[in-house]
Amino acid sequence: MEKILVVLFTQEDGSLGRTAFEATGAALGLAKELDGASVTIGIAGTSIQEAANALAGSGAEKILGAEAAELAQPRYATDAAAAEALAKAAGATIIVAPGTSRWNRIAAGVAHRLGGRADTHATSLAVHEGAPTITRWYYRQRMVAKLSRTNRPWVVSLDPGAVPAWSGEPSQATVEKVALSMPETAARTEVIGVEAPEAGAQTIRPEAETLLVTGAGWTKKQADGQIHLKEAEAAIMDFLRQTKASLGSSKSLVDQEGEGQAVLPFLTHMNQIGQTGSTPRHAKGLATCCHGEEPHVVGWRFITERRAVNLDANCGWAQGKADVLYVADAFEVMKKLNDLLAEKAPATPES
Amino acid sequence: MAGSLQIVVCGGIVPNPLQTLEPTAGPQGPALKNEAMLPAVLDPWAWHALFEAANLAKQAPGSKITLVCMAPKAKLQQVMMTIAQKTVFELQPIDGPASGFVESADVAGELAEVIKGINGLDMQKLLVFGGWESASRGAGTTMQILGEMLGITDQFQGVDEIRLKDDGSFDVLERIEGGKHQVSRCAGAPAVLGWATGNLPEPPNNPQAGMANMRGIMPALQKARPAKPGQDGVKFLDVSLPSQRRETRVVKDTPAEEIARELAEWITG
Ligand SMILES: Cc1cc2nc3c(=O)[nH]c(=O)nc-3n(C[C@H](O)[C@H](O)[C@H](O)COP(=O)(O)OP(=O)(O)OC[C@H]3O[C@@H](n4cnc5c(N)ncnc54)[C@H](O)[C@@H]3O)c2cc1C
Repeated sequence: MEKILVVLFTQEDGSLGRTAFEATGAALGLAKELDGASVTIGIAGTSIQEAANALAGSGAEKILGAEAAELAQPRYATDAAAAEALAKAAGATIIVAPGTSRWNRIAAGVAHRLGGRADTHATSLAVHEGAPTITRWYYRQRMVAKLSRTNRPWVVSLDPGAVPAWSGEPSQATVEKVALSMPETAARTEVIGVEAPEAGAQTIRPEAETLLVTGAGWTKKQADGQIHLKEAEAAIMDFLRQTKASLGSSKSLVDQEGEGQAVLPFLTHMNQIGQTGSTPRHAKGLATCCHGEEPHVVGWRFITERRAVNLDANCGWAQGKADVLYVADAFEVMKKLNDLLAEKAPATPES
Repeated sequence: MAGSLQIVVCGGIVPNPLQTLEPTAGPQGPALKNEAMLPAVLDPWAWHALFEAANLAKQAPGSKITLVCMAPKAKLQQVMMTIAQKTVFELQPIDGPASGFVESADVAGELAEVIKGINGLDMQKLLVFGGWESASRGAGTTMQILGEMLGITDQFQGVDEIRLKDDGSFDVLERIEGGKHQVSRCAGAPAVLGWATGNLPEPPNNPQAGMANMRGIMPALQKARPAKPGQDGVKFLDVSLPSQRRETRVVKDTPAEEIARELAEWITG
């Protein structure tokens, strides 16, 4: 009989992020389909009562809490120690975790300590012939596999946005505290801060409805033989400001910085979508000045509706990769599009 | 100047990303169709890790780079032809599968054995580098397990930068949500760093490094230890290619204004 444990880290303010509710929802769903399975929630942080209250109505059998000042910092040694302690206290056979950067840093290390195995980037958790199974992608989103394991404990981290979140009203939760002993060597690493790529240009928004992808065409010579960086920058930034879309890029465009070519200053490798970039989840994606080559388009696996603007009618997007390809000049289209968006919903003046 | 380091870079090989891949059922589980025929490259993020190692070694004179690589020997030899031109390293090959379906825990075990056996290994100087996720399994699990096996709990994943200080301590920038970096300060080696893209361009070819490397690489490949990591405990119920072809509507010879109107409706709809 499976003992399912959801392990969650609180955010800086003591609350839980959306992915925590997704992991909880997935664990509860799994337990419902498995004979005799139970769900325990384990929460780690400096102070976890508020987070526990948020999940008090989930129907979990127990809520375990691991509190320590050291958990204010997302750091391998202390996070792994907390997750390990919670798993042992729960006697967990399956550990469900949100696939945050914090959890994905420790998932396999924790599994190893517990004598189990980890699978990260799971996109679903279900039951097949009485056994828990996950879906995950291989070869950078080019193949999808369904698998089960006999290894226990089995740590499964779920990609953000892949499963529905549990929701319910908060109430006072009873928390069973788990004693933590932090390794002495933990202090060797100290988290000293967070750096954003460009002050004021927060362009990556995982929660956004729309993804705007920019390709190298934006920095290439146009019909008049000139490069139009200022116009490119204005068109892209205006669109982002108006739609609150997330900004992605092709590899060619972000690589240009290292190669000393014309660049758009607000782009970094973090914006890169594709085989060696990210695979974000958005309802809509609009590609501009991007050729739509396979190593790029594999990063679109979880973009539901896809449209592209490209001068080349034979670009990759035309080969069954987009729903609509507009063969047109993206400079012109984006400018007109921005004007229309401004008319539809007058943008609030910038502070 | 910081004292010398022992930088071990771990990396597998993967099919060239422009190849079309197809799954097939192998004797031990899923595999890639015609895997042996597909041209291969060093796993891209491990490739970046190698550039970063070369860059770091320059800042800490006397440092040595060891590349630990598990892959079928013949394929590895091909890949080494390009890699060897980039920077001087010692190759420690393991003759085993490059498949993404093989258990990462088993791969980590093989890597750990090799690293523990490195001549003159000094844990106080050891930085273990690799890609944070492979382009095959894409799990980000191997390096963590390897760290645990080596007793290293200063671990960083999705690393884009290391800033080494004269006293051997360093700051690490790891990717976190929302396109930001978490900055951590680590007292020094030993540590595990799973690299993302970093900031360095591909180094130019250096024929001298190539010659020096090949002298060591060929005999090392001949002596490569065989390994058989498996798929114990895991059962693949299905591996398939996603249906990815869409019916693309191509809109041509249409004024930008009209296209913009259609897009505005779609975006706000
Ligand atoms: C190991 C490896 C890994 C890779 N990983 C990735 C990855 O993760 N992500 C990724 O993106 N790529 C990746 N690639 C690279 C990929 O193969 C392509 O080279 C890259 O995606 C091309 O980028 P692009 O489409 O922006 O540039 P280009 O191919 O230069 O295309 C520019 C496009 O802009 C269009 N254009 C120009 N001007 C205009 C205009 N005014 N209006 C409309 N359209 C215009 C042109 O028609 C052209 O289609 C990888 C390659 C390798 C070998």
